[in-house]
Amino acid sequence: MIEVKNLYKSFDGEMVLKDISATFESGIINQIIGKSGSGKTVLMKSIIGLFPIDSGQILYQERNLPNMNRNELKLLHQEVGMLFQGAALFDSMTVIENVMFPLEMFSKKSKQEMIERARFCLERVNLQPDTVSPLFPSEISGGMQKRVAIARAIALNPKYLFCDEPNSGLDPVTALVIDRLIEEITQEYNITTIINTHDMNSIMEIGAHIIFIEKGTKAWEGSKEEIFTANNEALEDFVFASNLYKKIRKTQQKTKNN
Amino acid sequence: MLGLDTLGRYVVLMKRTFTKPDNWRMFGRQLPREMVKLGVDSIGIIIIISIFMGAIMLMQTILNTESPFIPRYSNGLILRDTMLLEFASSIMSLLLAGKVGSNIASEIGTMRITEQIDALEIMGVNSANYLILPKVIGLILCMPVLVTLSVFCGLLGGLGIAVLTDMIPMADFIYGIQYAFIPYYFTYSIIKSLFFGFIIASVSSFYGYYAYGGALDVGRASTNAVVNSSIAILLMNIILTRILLT
Ligand SMILES: Nc1ncnc2c1ncn2[C@@H]1O[C@H](COP(=O)(O)OP(=O)(O)OP(=O)(O)O)[C@@H](O)[C@H]1O
Ligand SMILES: [Mg+2]
Repeated sequence: MIEVKNLYKSFDGEMVLKDISATFESGIINQIIGKSGSGKTVLMKSIIGLFPIDSGQILYQERNLPNMNRNELKLLHQEVGMLFQGAALFDSMTVIENVMFPLEMFSKKSKQEMIERARFCLERVNLQPDTVSPLFPSEISGGMQKRVAIARAIALNPKYLFCDEPNSGLDPVTALVIDRLIEEITQEYNITTIINTHDMNSIMEIGAHIIFIEKGTKAWEGSKEEIFTANNEALEDFVFASNLYKKIRKTQQKTKNN
Repeated sequence: MLGLDTLGRYVVLMKRTFTKPDNWRMFGRQLPREMVKLGVDSIGIIIIISIFMGAIMLMQTILNTESPFIPRYSNGLILRDTMLLEFASSIMSLLLAGKVGSNIASEIGTMRITEQIDALEIMGVNSANYLILPKVIGLILCMPVLVTLSVFCGLLGGLGIAVLTDMIPMADFIYGIQYAFIPYYFTYSIIKSLFFGFIIASVSSFYGYYAYGGALDVGRASTNAVVNSSIAILLMNIILTRILLT
């Protein structure tokens, strides 16, 4: 569980995040949604400690991140997996080396055990270890890169998983596969998972706990079931931006009127 | 140009770089790779340039000092000392700043903009130490070898002129390159090259590490790396010569 309390963050005097408080439970998908530029990435990177914050608390099971020294932060980071917007695989290493990297860096496992663990993680994300292992990231598709990145993120059995727009740049079918995969892994290992997204399909598919960010403030919080009945203007603008969801709203309103 | 805050950020980055590696085994694997990439892969160009520069320098000194009062062997001596004092360390380092510096800056800059550096930090890896330290140490270790090679090839170029033309008799050339040899010049050259190696690797890494934006910005970072490490080398050359030779 991660608790954020009254978080403020500015860049060069410009407030990007204002008074954000939220609780992220383990074993379910927590989503941070909002328009481009609303501050999702900054919020995520602040929670992980990649950006220093102005004020507020970020509690990882009672441990307050802003108070941690470099060493404590390092230890915490070994419990964190992150999936970046562009996969961020190390392009000088093969697929299997990428997945083994955190193991080689921080585990005391033997070479053989590391290879086995890496192969297990690749299988877990539905990749064929034998075929993909020797390939370089540039030799596989975007969807496969995302999967390899997930495999690398779960290699050390993280307690916390962060995903910054995991399905941007993917076709709807592959995007769904990635979403489902993250959801399965979250439930299976009871991970505290936070996903940044502005993809409505993804929100409707896996959004168990949703936080809506509008211009750096938390404008709404709820579940995917509640999102259509939220009565929040900014949220409605966001949700009903696409024609598909405009149609859904019309039918909803019709049924309400009848 | 180097502003004061840039200098400050550079110092902070170097502090993070020069710490104990998170994992010595990984460092041990990185180091030889970097030595190959930065040092061994530069051998070819250094050989070619040093041979031709040695040849042309000898030709120029012969052509411009034709006088009955200057002994002919002195042309060999001038070539040797120029190679030792400046060419093999300073000029070669400027050359490496172009070749190796842009390579380092674009590699690290690409890792920055594609969030690979963030990925390292998130895993709990000290990214500055992991990426930069092997490059700096690797290049410093290669420098003495490259300097020695450059001096040797420069003299070889001169020898080529002695053999292939009638501009200087072979015996005079051989006598000249041995005449009044000051071994300390060699030490001086090696010491300088160690500083220059440090400058090239660390300054270029700095510009790559703080790249921000897209592919164009990586190109800009790599230009900045070459320009600023060259300037730093030239300044350092003056300082070191003042300290070591006067
Ligand atoms: N390193 C930085 N320095 C200064 N300002 C920044 C920095 N990173 C982000 N910002 C600013 O913070 C604001 C929020 O950006 P952020 O990247 O969090 O948006 P986002 O919600 O993730 O958008 P997107 O959906 O496009 O990824 C933007 O106005 C951006 O200009
Ligand atoms: Mg973002």
